[in-house]
Amino acid sequence: MTEPVVDMRGISVEFPGVKALQEVDFRLFPGEVHALMGENGAGKSTLIKALTGVHPLAAGGIHYAGGSVSFGGPAQAQAAGISTVYQEVNLCVNLTVAENILLGREPRKFGRIDGKAMRARAAELLERIGLHIDPGSVLESHPIAVQQLVAIARAVAVDARVLVLDEPTSSLDADEVAELFRIIRVLRDEGVAVLFVSHFLEQVYEISDRMTVLRNGRLVGEYTTSEFSRIELVSAMLGREMGVLEEIERRSGTPGEPWLKAEGLGRKGSVAPFDLEIRAGEVVGLAGLLGSGRTEVARLLFGADKADSGRVLVGGKVVHLRGPRSAIEAGIAFSSEDRKAEGVVADLSVRDNLILALQAARGWMRPVPRKLADELVAKYMEMLDIRPANPEAVVGTLSGGNQQKVLLARWLVTEPKLLILDEPTRGIDVGAKAQIQKLVADLAAEGMAVLFISAELEEVVRIADRVVVMRDRQKVAELDGGAVGVDDVMALIAGGGDHGLDKGAQKAVVS
Amino acid sequence: MKTVTVAPEAPSSRKSSGARMKVPTRFLPVIATFVVFVATFGVGSVRYEGFASGQVMANLFIDNAFLIVLAVGMTFVILTGGIDLSVGSVVALSTMIAAAMLRAGWPAWLTVVVVLAVGSGLGLAMGWIIHRFGVQPFIVTLAGMFLARGLCFVISVESVSIKDPTFRDLATGSIELPGGVTITYGVVIALLAVVAAVYVLHLTRFGRTVYAVGGSESSARLMGLSTTRVKIGVYVISGFCSALGGLLFSLYMLSGYSLHAVGMELDAIAAVVVGGSLLSGGVGFVIGSVVGVLVLGTIQTLISFEGTLSSWWTKIVIGGLLLAFIALQRVIVRRS
Repeated sequence: MTEPVVDMRGISVEFPGVKALQEVDFRLFPGEVHALMGENGAGKSTLIKALTGVHPLAAGGIHYAGGSVSFGGPAQAQAAGISTVYQEVNLCVNLTVAENILLGREPRKFGRIDGKAMRARAAELLERIGLHIDPGSVLESHPIAVQQLVAIARAVAVDARVLVLDEPTSSLDADEVAELFRIIRVLRDEGVAVLFVSHFLEQVYEISDRMTVLRNGRLVGEYTTSEFSRIELVSAMLGREMGVLEEIERRSGTPGEPWLKAEGLGRKGSVAPFDLEIRAGEVVGLAGLLGSGRTEVARLLFGADKADSGRVLVGGKVVHLRGPRSAIEAGIAFSSEDRKAEGVVADLSVRDNLILALQAARGWMRPVPRKLADELVAKYMEMLDIRPANPEAVVGTLSGGNQQKVLLARWLVTEPKLLILDEPTRGIDVGAKAQIQKLVADLAAEGMAVLFISAELEEVVRIADRVVVMRDRQKVAELDGGAVGVDDVMALIAGGGDHGLDKGAQKAVVS
Repeated sequence: MKTVTVAPEAPSSRKSSGARMKVPTRFLPVIATFVVFVATFGVGSVRYEGFASGQVMANLFIDNAFLIVLAVGMTFVILTGGIDLSVGSVVALSTMIAAAMLRAGWPAWLTVVVVLAVGSGLGLAMGWIIHRFGVQPFIVTLAGMFLARGLCFVISVESVSIKDPTFRDLATGSIELPGGVTITYGVVIALLAVVAAVYVLHLTRFGRTVYAVGGSESSARLMGLSTTRVKIGVYVISGFCSALGGLLFSLYMLSGYSLHAVGMELDAIAAVVVGGSLLSGGVGFVIGSVVGVLVLGTIQTLISFEGTLSSWWTKIVIGGLLLAFIALQRVIVRRS
């Protein structure tokens, strides 16, 4: 094989309190499509941003085109031939297609922009990727898919040697993806190294030559796509942290009547209609890859997204979930996966964060007495082992695991009947993980219904009484009882591809 | 504008539909402004004898030359999604500095240079603060507005008249156009400013970056454009235009006074908005702003021809027009 065009060695990137990347190696060869795989938070975006100079490196070095480089930002990386196309189209929709392609490097004549030459050059570039649109038309007048292709035309206008596509297909339909892939192949055959990030396995297997898998900020491995089965990929992405955690002894109690029942609940473009029952005292696990619809299910049950079909029954009675407020009133709590944006108030203290939730639950007419507040705060800080054990500590300064505990405490203060946990253990250390898992088990034992969403199958399987599997925005299976194995779930997640389904995996109840 | 959903394999139909809808949507607000201008002028021509004369038209430019210049500068700022509230005060400060310097016996050319430098410098300072500290342009230029107005009073509380012969000659001199219509030098300067602005906005990288920043600043930055230079630059341009407008205003009034041009920044903003620019940035044309000024001027002329109406009716009509145009823009934006 030829020399790699990009060779990243021992890359570490740190953010306050988080090690986003630890000693990751990454190689990219000219004329290949290389998929960068990993779950949310695995470090894919961080690695791309380390390459393009957005994030400074804590350790490691980047070799590009034979020399050691360190870019000061995307503009410098682009000038050197590394272009990035992001998930959201980063163009100016108020300008014309030609301008968007050539903005900042317009052909000029006597110091003024030569409009004719610019349109001609743009037409040439569009021709190169086989996109037939009028370069003089306003970008806004084209659908998102075409805008995305224009972004690629812009990216290759600088004679890019490396083209980074960060989830370019997430908003495209099948035909548009095919068009994008055709263009990617054209560029690849011209010798451009394409770094492709997507969480759609089908697409990855269709387009990529090699892949690199990351998990929790660490390199799992570098593989040749044709020799790496889906099941192997899924297991590399999700990982198996066997034996690290103590066995949780539960699955003893016999859960009672269904507390919450969803019948044909669904939302167009988000998740296909599904049925779901959650009983009091039961932990239901929700497994699936990123984008499989697992978070969407939670958001529907919490009323954060409005369902356009089906209904939800709580205790046998139909409830209309008009929004999170009505869900909270019904006794549903939702701890979001994005705890920074939707969970805790990072600038307030631990105490204030807890009181905030309690106050919201009581209504503004009934202030929380100081004594009660202190008692509650002390109780939950001890119960969850929040550290430092100082109620006045500002939440933003806590570690990820402790922030997660504060978020949990916030919801527990309101004494919910159903607790929905979306990725409660992501990005936190093993110790805190075990504590949270134990807590979930304890809560269920006390009669709380829990919907537990996690990308880590080991965890889901260990903790849940039942596992619901999502794939491609559909509920594909519901696995009952304690006999569920990680392999079964993994096979269902990997889906009907031809890449080595485990025999016997299909014995699961497919709904 | 998701109406164009033709797959990329059908280039011909996409092209034609794209071209068909492109022209109207982009230019619609400007065309609408122009129609309003023609209509108001037409109403005047029908109702009043002597309204539809070349000189009335020329007077529109003569009486609003300074406002045209201000609107040009304001267009740059608004195109980036910003706002400049300081222009009225900078006009007053410019008349004040000019009058005071001329009274002290400074040569006219040096006075002009100093006034333009002060205006540009103020713009530079405001732009730098807006960029460096990420403060809203509204607040920073509001501060600039108070500062400039206050500085006027430091120079003099009284009105200072301008007796400098060069200024007097420039103010009273006129250029005769074919058809016996006369215009002032101020009109020529204002039109030159318009031409320069059109050139910069449409034929230079700086100008295209102004539109890009207004369309999406983060995208512009990711495209590697020099957004910093543009974001500060537009305030320098606006400051320069305010100072130039101030000089034209001092020619028009032949005096410097602290209470000149109170609220003129709002007239300028109104002209730009009526001219079809979006306050959110990225959409608009200098020509639109010029027509916007002409619309405001025509309404004023109409009311003075009517004679019985108070000049406050001008404000009422302008208010109504502003609302109508913002509504029109919302409709256009919503449809797209």
